[in-house]
Amino acid sequence: MRIGVITFPGSLDDVDAVRAVRLAGAEPVALWHADHDLRDVDAVVLPGGFSYGDYLRAGAIAARAPLVQDVVDRARQGMPVLGICNGFQVLCEAGLLPGALTRNSHLHFRNRDQQLRIERADTAWTGSYAEGQTIVVPVKNGEGRYVAAPAELERLEGEGRVAVRYVGGNPNGSLRDVAGVTSDDGRVVGLMPHPEHAVEDLTGPSTDGLGFFTSVLTAVVGA
Amino acid sequence: MSLDTVEVAAKTPDEEQPYSELGLKSDEYARIRDILGRRPTTAELAMYSVMWSEHCSYKSSKVHLRQFGDLPRSEHLLVGIGENAGVVDVGDGYAVTFKVESHNHPSYVEPYQGAATGVGGIVRDILTMGARPVAVMDSLRFGRADAPDTARVLPGVVAGVGGYGNCLGLPNIGGELLFDECYAGNPLVNALCVGVMRHEDVRLAKAEGVGNKVVLFGARTGGDGIGGVSVLASETFDAEGPAKRPSVQVGDPFTEKLLIEACLEIFAQDLVTGIQDLGGAGLSCATSELASAGTGGMHVDLDRVPLRDSTLTPAEILMSESQERMCAIVEPAKVADFLAVCRKWDVLATVIGEVTDGDRLTVDWHGERIVDVPPRTVAHEGPVYERPVARPADLDDLQADDPAALPRPATPEELTAHWLAVVASPDGADKTWVTEQYDRYVRGNTVLAQPDDAGVVRIDEETHRGIALALDGNARFARLDPYAGAQLNLAEAYRNVAVSGARPLAVTNCLNFGSPEEPEVMWQFAEAVRGLADACRELGLPVTGGNVSLYNQTGDVAINPTPVIGVLGVHDDVRRRVPTGWRAAGETVLLLGETRPELGGSTWASVVHGHLGGRPPAVDLAAERALGELLGALGREGLVTSAHDLADGGLAQALAESALRYGTGATLRLGDDAFTALFSESGARAVVTTTDPDAVRTTAEWAGVAVTELGTTGGDALAVEGVGELPLEGLRAAWTATLPTLFGTPEATVGSVPAGTVPTS
Repeated sequence: MRIGVITFPGSLDDVDAVRAVRLAGAEPVALWHADHDLRDVDAVVLPGGFSYGDYLRAGAIAARAPLVQDVVDRARQGMPVLGICNGFQVLCEAGLLPGALTRNSHLHFRNRDQQLRIERADTAWTGSYAEGQTIVVPVKNGEGRYVAAPAELERLEGEGRVAVRYVGGNPNGSLRDVAGVTSDDGRVVGLMPHPEHAVEDLTGPSTDGLGFFTSVLTAVVGA
Repeated sequence: MSLDTVEVAAKTPDEEQPYSELGLKSDEYARIRDILGRRPTTAELAMYSVMWSEHCSYKSSKVHLRQFGDLPRSEHLLVGIGENAGVVDVGDGYAVTFKVESHNHPSYVEPYQGAATGVGGIVRDILTMGARPVAVMDSLRFGRADAPDTARVLPGVVAGVGGYGNCLGLPNIGGELLFDECYAGNPLVNALCVGVMRHEDVRLAKAEGVGNKVVLFGARTGGDGIGGVSVLASETFDAEGPAKRPSVQVGDPFTEKLLIEACLEIFAQDLVTGIQDLGGAGLSCATSELASAGTGGMHVDLDRVPLRDSTLTPAEILMSESQERMCAIVEPAKVADFLAVCRKWDVLATVIGEVTDGDRLTVDWHGERIVDVPPRTVAHEGPVYERPVARPADLDDLQADDPAALPRPATPEELTAHWLAVVASPDGADKTWVTEQYDRYVRGNTVLAQPDDAGVVRIDEETHRGIALALDGNARFARLDPYAGAQLNLAEAYRNVAVSGARPLAVTNCLNFGSPEEPEVMWQFAEAVRGLADACRELGLPVTGGNVSLYNQTGDVAINPTPVIGVLGVHDDVRRRVPTGWRAAGETVLLLGETRPELGGSTWASVVHGHLGGRPPAVDLAAERALGELLGALGREGLVTSAHDLADGGLAQALAESALRYGTGATLRLGDDAFTALFSESGARAVVTTTDPDAVRTTAEWAGVAVTELGTTGGDALAVEGVGELPLEGLRAAWTATLPTLFGTPEATVGSVPAGTVPTS
């Protein structure tokens, strides 16, 4: 099982995503934004960071990178894609996921250990969890406030597209406490919190984040 | 205006030059004329003025700092003082470089950019040594917490440290946040960066090899920060003077992140023979230092420098402190590969000159010679002053004003009220308001971070080798006795590293003082340096480098002397690190070390009585070393479940922090004199918890450290026999409310997003 991790100029948590993939038992494959080459990976992670310095809008420039166009094409054929933080922003800007991430309501960057409820345990990236399970992983962002038009939000809720929700406090003012959403086929997931920072007892607040990376192993084999 | 060339300068010896506006004294100007045998050109004058500034030349501090270089050579020191940062062997072929630097003056003028570029500058220093930067820390001091100007400066500084460090992908693993009236017009922003490399990867800043190319890479050069080191960092703020905002640099962390990755790839492919970052004094500094450290000369065609503003004069280009720039010496055969790596990372790179034979640094502007100087006279042979020193006239009175005379709490209720006051004071309070704005997780190697006593970072995932770092600078102690104060700060940082279970290895420092032109300030400086050097000798630790920030004063009022000391330690296995908080009930709480009635300069005297006087606690470095060895042994043997050093606020502060971390209280007995037990700030002490108190006692006996049993963990209060109970709920409420009350609860400021703000996601 080969899982690609894309590095854009300004990607920061790519090393963390690579480690999480490895600890989950898959083979991490480094992908470079400017190449038109997905190197035969079975799934892709878009890591956190500040691609292109967040210039224009967070994720807006990276969404136009050559490799992201390949990711979009493959995702539409069912390849699992996970966007974390800046990666989530890129997926929204690339049109793979609905909604947008805006400046935190309180205008501060915020890093804390955050409780999340798994709302959907049947996506490619959340199958290792139980629906309704509460996990703790770090959240850290300055532009993580999830927004969508009221009708769009209603539709997403109705279709069960909210994959992960903040509980025990909303760190950034996201509408309806949305922490992450999924595509309608459950293959693409984006979330603001950082499961890749909760994969080892030594360095994380828990190992709850590992489930995102183990989930996809089953999802790819089962597909 | 016509170009002031070397030729013109030789023909017009009597032309008036604005040397004093550039910060040079008349005798310094005369010396430049002496060196050159003519008047300097405008460009040369610009170079000398920035390089001979206090900030770059260390002209007032040099005679004292030599004591650090005279310390016995440590087996762990791979590169010593004089390079961009010292390099320490931490075992298994790993080398660590770390340094702390001030950005005080810019942060007062423009808090966000001042602090942000402070982080950017120190990160480039570490990168220049060949290391990958792996973490940052920040040591911050502001005026009174409730002063209006603190509300202007602090939020900007914190956002700037976070904004830059977060965007670079460097975890912030700790630091300090302290308040005192003396910093009202002179906040201190000291930033530390630590980097890791293999022994063979160490790079040095020198230009070798005739014909090798000089490559400038990174951001374009603009008009920001012109004269930052001379006008801003080397003069006292004057309330009447003009605003100095144009002298502050503007940072772009995205460009710096690309610069880091490009440099590391360039190092890995072995494409440079020498490298230097552009910080204070910009190109003047980088070219003259590279040339001065090498064996030959250097020639630069200044018109090749890519500009952000085409109207800049040659002198301005030489003085500009535009951020995110580096200068490398590259063999001609490797230039193409070098430029290819830069292209991959979208980093602009330009060949601007080459290494020459001979011993001159020459600079041309469109074919005309505007600089022709011996580089050593610019970079390394600037003026050196033996400034007069005088013991402060008020020191005897200050030391005689013993806090023993202060009213002490008379009842158990008063005692708990004082306890609460210390813990909830701005210095003692929970720092989450600040640290939530910093990324502490990125790179996935942060083992301990604030609020733990030391930051601990894993450097090898296979062997679990890691490092520990702490920064400490108690300025009240240093005001009462700068010699002892510097030693106490070293001792505290040493202890903070030791409680994590690490073995202390090396020392860095950032010495923040008032104007060196005041003999009383110079005396404080000289005493602090002497104290630090003596203590390092006794503890067997090398000083790997440091930074001096002078002129931290407004009018004739200087800050308290503030020597901030950093200690680096090594963990052979970070899995054995010792955290500071109490997790489980039923464990024995032990105090290691001896408590004496020492309240001079204490937090209690300051918070409860607004008092600063008497003598600081006695320095006992033998006891510090014994405690450090004991803590190391306890960590290795896994005999303690937590350890917390005792410092500001004494046992009162340490108990509160240990209990609040995971919400575990304790039942405690503090003896007949609970007041002294709680508030004394005697050194060489730590509080530990254990499930095996007998084994800890036996080990402590071997180390020669006194052990006092304080009680048992458990419950939801700190219950002290004969004193009463501090319920954790109330303690937490008071401890966490202080900073949000002063600086705003983020949630309360929900509103529209202001236009034109810096990127912060």
